[in-house]
Amino acid sequence: MGNILLEMKNITKEFPGVKALDNVNLKVEQGEIHALVGENGAGKSTLMNVLSGIYPYGSYTGDIVYNGEVCQFQKIKDSEEKGIVIIHQELALIPYMSIGENMFLGNEQGSKASIDWDKTYAEADKYLKMVGLTESSRTLIKDIGVGKQQLVEIAKALAKHAKLLILDEPTSSLNETDSKALLDLLLKFKQDGMTSIIISHKLNEVSYVADKITVIRDGSTIETLDKAVDEITEDRIIKGMVGRAMTDRFPKRENVKIGDIAMEVKDWTVYHPQFAERKVVDGVSMNVRKGEVVGIAGLMGAGRTELAMSIFGKAYGTNISGQLFLDGKEVKLKNIKDAIKHKIAYVTEDRKGNGLVLTNPIKINTTLANLSELCSKHVIDQDKEYQVAEEYRDKLKTKCPTVEQNVGNLSGGNQQKVLLAKWMFANPDVLILDEPTRGIDVGAKYEIYCIINDLVAEGKSVIMISSELPEVLGMSDRIYVMNEGKMVGEMAGAEASQESIMSCILKS
Amino acid sequence: MVSVNFSEVIKKYTMVIALVVIIAIFYVGTNGTILLPQNINNLLSQNAYVFVLATGMLMCILTGGNIDLSVGSVVCFVGGIGAVMMSKGMNVWFAVLVMLLVGIAVGAWQAFWVAYVNVPPFIATLAGMYAFRGLSNVVLNGYAVSITNTTYLNVFGGGADCYIPDFFHGAKLNTTCMLAGIIAVAIYVIVSIRNRIAASRKGYATTGFAGFIVKLVIISAVVLFLTYKLAGYKGIPTSLIWIIVVVLAYHYFTTKTTMGRYLYAVGGNEKATQLSGINTKKVYFFAYTNMGFLTAIAGILTVARAASAQPTYGQFYEMDAIGACFIGGASAYGGTGSVFGAIIGALLMGVINQGMSIMGVDANYQKVVKGLVLLVAVIFDVVSKREKK
Repeated sequence: MGNILLEMKNITKEFPGVKALDNVNLKVEQGEIHALVGENGAGKSTLMNVLSGIYPYGSYTGDIVYNGEVCQFQKIKDSEEKGIVIIHQELALIPYMSIGENMFLGNEQGSKASIDWDKTYAEADKYLKMVGLTESSRTLIKDIGVGKQQLVEIAKALAKHAKLLILDEPTSSLNETDSKALLDLLLKFKQDGMTSIIISHKLNEVSYVADKITVIRDGSTIETLDKAVDEITEDRIIKGMVGRAMTDRFPKRENVKIGDIAMEVKDWTVYHPQFAERKVVDGVSMNVRKGEVVGIAGLMGAGRTELAMSIFGKAYGTNISGQLFLDGKEVKLKNIKDAIKHKIAYVTEDRKGNGLVLTNPIKINTTLANLSELCSKHVIDQDKEYQVAEEYRDKLKTKCPTVEQNVGNLSGGNQQKVLLAKWMFANPDVLILDEPTRGIDVGAKYEIYCIINDLVAEGKSVIMISSELPEVLGMSDRIYVMNEGKMVGEMAGAEASQESIMSCILKS
Repeated sequence: MVSVNFSEVIKKYTMVIALVVIIAIFYVGTNGTILLPQNINNLLSQNAYVFVLATGMLMCILTGGNIDLSVGSVVCFVGGIGAVMMSKGMNVWFAVLVMLLVGIAVGAWQAFWVAYVNVPPFIATLAGMYAFRGLSNVVLNGYAVSITNTTYLNVFGGGADCYIPDFFHGAKLNTTCMLAGIIAVAIYVIVSIRNRIAASRKGYATTGFAGFIVKLVIISAVVLFLTYKLAGYKGIPTSLIWIIVVVLAYHYFTTKTTMGRYLYAVGGNEKATQLSGINTKKVYFFAYTNMGFLTAIAGILTVARAASAQPTYGQFYEMDAIGACFIGGASAYGGTGSVFGAIIGALLMGVINQGMSIMGVDANYQKVVKGLVLLVAVIFDVVSKREKK
């Protein structure tokens, strides 16, 4: 047993009307990787915000003992001085600045009056090497991929002389290879004596890297599992998180008849909107049948989103060529409106950025894509609108006080339901769901899967793009595999496995 | 039924309460002068252009905090064209039609650059602000052109005869005015009650009953009070009719129609709106073209009130309109705001102006106060939003 580096004792934090944390205890040993898991809203991020001083001393009760002394952090700078560095879920890098400038933002090298740029870049290069990046620190952030940006964040933390690294959902926007690389980097740091706390939804990653796992539910610590003592399985963790054993993570689909081909694309090619010579989707052919869930697996940047959006009324790309058939008839979709009219819906992967109007209430978001349904002569029947919103709230079990509530105030899972409601109200025959469960907790995921099952039971077709292989495998009747813009594999859902999908990608 | 939540009410009607408080302060400060019939009359007709422009400006601001800087110059340009046409003896209705068309054309010109070429609205309309100020001078040849056409002045509220005549020739009170007020209140009450009954019959949630009655009584009382005051002076100023028409039309437009809804959606999240199959370029184009139309109306009212057009008219009108919208709770990032909010904002500015003038505050200090009021209003907006998070 090593020394206790950090102990958080009986932390209680209240917001007006809500007890976000209730007597939470967390013990982290020197040199271990400690995972913090729990459903969305369980209080993980709040706890870390207390630790890093975002919620200053006095706004919570309880003690933080770090390195044997009681700490009273007033602001982030205080905790960073002690070597506690937090890397937030959303990347906080400025695209038009270089890697070096970003890394030392707020921590500038040289004197106050003049920044020593040579020193900045030399230091930056040193830390980049530690995280395994070969890029020059003068490269602009916008020119490197998301995976590398996440590594830059870590390098930035190292540059602050981090002794305790806190990573909030570090892999949520990374593909499997980049995620693996990042986790291996954490393991390497551990050998060098670094202590890390990782918050994650991805249980396979947690069981891969973590020495100890603390489960938080509804603002309280439920248990701490120790790899050395307990047998850690994903099911075991889920049981702690949701308070019950989840016998089946994917609901069964029964008696769904798969019918004729509803939508088919042939030789679909799309070029990048800015760099017109770059092919993003290359000669893709695929189809989906009525009552069928088709999964599209692939790595980040494989061209799946681009394929979906280009089908959806040319919402992405230039020089789109190829044929699109709906119910056997070839159609040409000029714009998104046209696509909606032809009963195609695309549910975006980025619900906050591209999906919902956060400042508007649920009811207005629900009807936005199909307002004409509620209108006579461009005048909206608001009574009917209210009814529609209520109907979908019941149907999808969206948790909200009223449908007048602004969408921005809902949790991720409920936002996703509103987004689904919006597109279900558009009454499509083919739904393309892009990462439908990204960043939402296990319970909400299950509910989304049930909704998907209901949709295909009505005879609709669902194309599900997902980067989580278990989800693709658990939900799809048929799976396509995409890599670098091409379709590189097609297999029946029952026969597919993580290995067969990965080998499709690697052998292409 | 939802009970009346006091703090919610205060939050929702902050600016209304602020308006009442400020009126009360000036009532004391001016020994009641500010509520004399003549002053209420002046408050409305002097600020007619602000009400109209603020309504249009709100449409632009809703799309994402975008403003139109050219409206002051265009007011002058449109007014100048009308004045010159009438001074040459052309038909008054033809002149009005041309003014409206010119306004729409100017709006469409700027809207095109904003919507389809992605010129930032600030720049596109700054260009317009210079260009149309210059063109106003050209049209007016640098001189003041007076308007003598009585039809025009009567209809659009200019000169001395800018009131709806009293058809009943009331001895002390203007009976037409009083009657109009009573009818308006009656219609308002009946429509509100009918909507409420319809809503509860269909099983929709309604606001608390007490709150409903209070709101009904307060609004009716304010309308009756205003009409009583106006009736004690010369009756309904003609420009008030135009204000009411514009405000009601655009209130309906923003709350009940699809295009109105799209204005909010674009300001709230443009990308999501696009992906919902809505042509966002059209929304921008509409907002700025419409601004041109309302600017033309403001121009018509402005030159009618002054009974002349001068090359300096309309300066800083854009700022009054923008200020009114923000004071009235429109978000500087777009997506939130309401026509009635903008009107309250405009009234607040108008009352402050008038109150300080009556009290004899130096004009320079008046500007300082106006600036501070705008700042405080926006600070309040930003802070109250932060608390919500």
